[in-house]
This record gives sequence, structure tokens and C-alpha cells, in this order.
Amino acid sequence: MSFDNAYESLLGHEDAHWAFGTGFSEPLSGVNREFPAGVDRDALAAYCLMLGDDALIFSQRLSEWCSRAPELEEDIALANIALDLLGQARMLLTRAGEVLGKDEDALAYLRDEREFRNVHLAEIDCGPGPGGDFGTTIARLLVFSSWRLALFSRLRGSADPVLAAVAEKGLKELAYHRDHAAQWTVRLGDGTDESHRRMQAGLERVWPFVDELFATHPVEAALTGVAVDPASLRSEVDGVLTAVLSAAGLTRPADTKAARVAGMAGRDGVHTEAMGYLLAEMQHLHRSLPGAVW
Amino acid sequence: MADDLELRFERTVQAEARIEPRDWMPDGYRKTLIRQIAQHAHSEIIGMQPEGNWISRAPSLRRKAILLAKVQDEAGHGLYLYSATETLGADREDLTTKLIEGRQKYSSIFNYPTLTFADVGVIGWLVDGAAICNQVPLCRTSYGPYARAMIRICKEESFHQRQGYELLMTMMRGTQQQRDMVQDSVNRWWWPALMMFGPPDAESTNTEQSMAWRIKRDTNDELRQKFVNMSVPQAEALGVTFPDPDLKWNPERGQYDFGSPDWDEFWQVVKGGGVCNQQRIAHRRKAHEDGAWVREAAAAHAAKQAVSKEGAA
Amino acid sequence: MSTSWPLWEVFVRGKRGLNHVHVGSLHAPDAEMALRNARDVYTRRNEGVSIWVVPAASITASSPDEKDPFFAPSGDKVYRHPTFYAIPEDVPHL
Repeated sequence: MSFDNAYESLLGHEDAHWAFGTGFSEPLSGVNREFPAGVDRDALAAYCLMLGDDALIFSQRLSEWCSRAPELEEDIALANIALDLLGQARMLLTRAGEVLGKDEDALAYLRDEREFRNVHLAEIDCGPGPGGDFGTTIARLLVFSSWRLALFSRLRGSADPVLAAVAEKGLKELAYHRDHAAQWTVRLGDGTDESHRRMQAGLERVWPFVDELFATHPVEAALTGVAVDPASLRSEVDGVLTAVLSAAGLTRPADTKAARVAGMAGRDGVHTEAMGYLLAEMQHLHRSLPGAVW
Repeated sequence: MADDLELRFERTVQAEARIEPRDWMPDGYRKTLIRQIAQHAHSEIIGMQPEGNWISRAPSLRRKAILLAKVQDEAGHGLYLYSATETLGADREDLTTKLIEGRQKYSSIFNYPTLTFADVGVIGWLVDGAAICNQVPLCRTSYGPYARAMIRICKEESFHQRQGYELLMTMMRGTQQQRDMVQDSVNRWWWPALMMFGPPDAESTNTEQSMAWRIKRDTNDELRQKFVNMSVPQAEALGVTFPDPDLKWNPERGQYDFGSPDWDEFWQVVKGGGVCNQQRIAHRRKAHEDGAWVREAAAAHAAKQAVSKEGAA
Repeated sequence: MSTSWPLWEVFVRGKRGLNHVHVGSLHAPDAEMALRNARDVYTRRNEGVSIWVVPAASITASSPDEKDPFFAPSGDKVYRHPTFYAIPEDVPHL
């Protein structure tokens, strides 16, 4: 069932991320994986890593909530979202790996920090660690899922059949994530003085990392017809965020943006200090036992 | 009058029919059930921690996904079980308070630390395996809501056990270091797993009445024996040994003989002296307390909405 | 202000042509969140499943066997419990 093959969930098994894999079958071939003619494969791989790393690293952050959520029902909801994103990451890394000659695990566990292409928003600590709380986590989820939903809705038209299929499947998931975040944003914005204050603080914490989401990277610019230009998403995402914040009685933070580092940011493999620790934890066991099978 | 009710209750139980939430039941039955189901629910929730400990470090993305889904299942199991207690008039909030104040217990096994990734596999195989032995009979327990919750839980637990065993099989096919890791883990979990069935029958206080009420269906020692019989061939297939020099087949009994767990250690852990007792409770307490403002905010929002709806009507 | 959320009973129609069946209960602050939680907890977000959530306190019930004053003041919480819906039969055993 679902855990055995990164592409399996594309095949329409609705209960995919639930049942535990029992048959341990070879990767399935139900997804068209041909490369479209004329596409720069290295650029395609780099693009898949960008979108895959966003999902992988954010999933890693979200799963920190497991056993720490405000209520059992919410624990389950956050784990579902983390699982969805992990599923997206596995498909995208697998696609990148088809070009690079590596599997999903080699890409997740054996790349160094400078090789990760995720945006900073995915990696910063927004709680349950000291960098935030449930409000900050919801603020990040709202921004991230609104942006990624807009991105995936355009990516459905990608010339790459795998990206198009991943986007099609991910769309429903992301719509759910965005709705979850929006519901909570409204409840926390409106609930009590404390929740209003915390939710506003959460927005202030993540806002400097919003601008990076819309910066066009040369890889994206080069992949016409395959990649989505994130700059084109800005007004749609702005509209969504403004609507949700207004319904929640929250103030949209000023558009301060985190400065780039010598002109570079996450898409160039230049990260925040949090990233090294995140990777150290995520990768250490895999790297400690070279040649091991899991 | 009261005698009639009691008679009807006894007959229902004797006939293997189910007691349902609004039926008359003896106070002792209700209290015993609440205690037992709550303890079971707490075990699921505390049990998220030892395995959750490895989600961030899972060595492949597939294992990460499986582990996260498994720990999430445990939250679901806890939720179903708390619901079962609520049919008896208990309240989840109140039970959670009792847990974090140390007034109600959870399975002592979760006070043992998970030290390597092999522990994830061994917990699935032995700990979930022992839990299944304990729980399968409860699918026929006399209290309907509990029995129904257990049916669903047992189905999911059998997936858990299977994934644990499959992880270990994979590791045993790997490097020598991995095989050593599995054996080391088995050495640390075997005795605690046997202790999960509770003290020997001779010392167990609650068994007799619980058996009569069909809340419990087999004695601790019967279940322990069953578990040993089941596990030995599985260990052989895996290529690991159990750390018990007295473990051997007894052809006369048609069962395995085995040694006695260290009951002093058992009682020490039960009484709070395990490696992780304080940590587990502190973790749960922190999650609950840190979440208070969120629960309060959602309740406040709902109250405001209800008022404005009323105003509009 | 109490921080504990009210109890909701959850009914699921697994597929078209079937009745909604009581599958269990959960806590949620309001109906919308109860629906979301029900999807996560009881249907695992299976598309095409219809869910009802009902405040447990709103259910009125008859109970032929009821003689016990225990429940009298708290009303008729009849659906207090999971009658879990069908589970696939191909569950593996070790």
C-alpha cells in the first residue's frame, strides 16, 4: 500500500496514507514518467528539489507537534498535514532523483545544507520549540498553504507529466491545509485577548519570510511551460491572506522582508541557522550507518 | 427493585450480551470500567512519546511516514477510549488532569526509553504484540462501547505489529551493526513486554471480580503464556534470541517454560521510579498546559458566534 | 471560561445508498471544527463520505431498559458511544 512507493498515491488509492504497507512491492509504473521533449532535465531536477524540499522540511517541522498539540483532535489533524506534505516531498524527490540517478532517501539524507533548496519559511522554528507557539504555526501554515495552493493550481498545466500529476493530487490536500489554517486563524484572532495577541505575534514572526516565496529564481525562469513563476502568484495569495486576516480581525503586518545573504536565499541553498540543526537531527541516523537498509 | 436490576444485569452479562451506556450497572462495575478504560486511553497517549521520539530521526522517508501515521493512530486510539469513558459519565478533561497529576496510571512499559531505531521495530513487534494479546479478548468484553472501541483498535494494532516485525526483518538483512542493534533492543524490551500482562495471578487483586463481570476474559498468567508461545517462533524466524536461559519447550505441557521477570523492577517502575516516568508526565502536562489558551480561544469564539446567531434570529 | 470543548456525536455515510451510521464521538469547539475533526479522526479524509455531527447534548432518546437515576439529570446521552463502522476484512496477521 502507500508507504512503499513515492508515486503510489497518484494512482488513486484514497486511503493511501493510512493502511500500513503489507506487500512490499516494487515501485509501480502507473504514472507517466517520460520527460517532455526539449526540457532541460537538470533544471527540472533542481525545480523538483525546490518544491520537494519545501514540503519535506515543513513536514519535518510540523511533525514536531506530534504528541504536543493543544488537543488530541488537533494532534491528528497536524499529523495528517505533515503526512500529506511528506507524501508530496517523496514524489518530488523521486522525480528529481530520476534525473540525478539517486533515490528519495539519498536526496533527503545525504545532501548537505547548501544543497537544500527550500524557502526559509519552511525551516524556521515556529513552535512547539522556543521559536513560536500554536499561533505562529498556524500563521506559517496559512501563508505556506495559500502560496503552495496557488502554485499547484497552476502547476497542473505543467509540461512535465509527473509535476502535473503531483500538483493535481496535492491540490486537494493543500486546499484542506489552507482551510484548516484559515479556520484557526479566525478562531485565534477572534477568541480571547491572549489568542489575538499570540496570533498577531505569529504573523509578525513569519511575515519577513513571505517575500522570498514570490522571488523568481533563474531555474524557474528557465523552465517555461514546466515551472510556475512564483511572482505571478503574488496578487492571488495577497488576496487570500487579506481576506482571512480581515475575517479574523487581525492586522496585516507591514511588508518588511528579510534581507538576502550576498544576494542569495533558500532557493540558492543559503539558509537560516535553524536549518543546520534540523538537518543534523533528521539525517544523523541515516548517515551514521552507511550501507544499512531500512 | 434494586435486586431486579442487579439480576437483570447479571443475566445479561452471563448470557454474553452487552451492557450498554444507559443500562443499570453496579457502581463497582462502572468504576472499574472507567479506571480500566482510562488507564488504557492514557497508555495510548503516553505511548505516543517513546516512538514519537524517533519521528524526526527516522532513517528513511518511508519509515518516517509509517512512524508518523502509527503515532497518529495512537492519538486516535486514545480518543476512542476516552470517548468510551465518557459514555460512563467520565470527562476527558478530568481524566487528563488525573493523568498529569499522577492520580491515574498508564502502562508502565512506556516508562522505558527508546534508545535506537530498532526499538521502534521491537515496540511494534513485542509491545504491540503483547497489547494485542491483552486486547483481543476485550473485543468481547461485556461493556458494549469498550468492546466496539477495542475491535477497531485491534485491527489497527495488528498493522502496527506487522510493520514493526517487517522493520526488524529488514534490519536483520542489513549490516552486522543493524543486527546487533536489533538483538540489543530485544534484550532490553523482552522482560518489560512480559511484565505488560501484570503481576502473577496469585498477586493480582482485581482479576476475580473483573472476570465475573466479563470485563477481563483471561488471567494475567494465561495471557503471558500465550504471548511467549506466540513470540518464540517469531524470534527464531527473525534470527534473534530472548534473554532468558530458562526459556525452553516443555513437551509435557505443550507450552514453553520461561523465567520470571524481575518483579521488583516492575513495581519500582509502576511506582514512578522508571527512567522516563517524570519525563513522560511532564511532556503530557506541558502539551496540555501550553494548549490551554488555544482551547480557551476556540471556546470563546464559539460562544461569541452563538450569541451573534441568537441576536440575528 | 471553561477550556474544555463540548462532545459531538459523529455519523458517517460510507457510501451512497447507505444510511448514516454512528461511528463515535469527539470534542470540538463548534460545529465546523467538529466536522473537520470528524473527517480527520473517523474517515481519514476519505473523499465522498458524508458526515453529520450532532452536539451530544442535543440528542433526545428513549431507553427501554433505563431504570437508573444516575443519568436522569444529565439527560439522554444515548449515542454516547462508538459503534464503529465496517473495517476491511483483509487485515494481516503475523
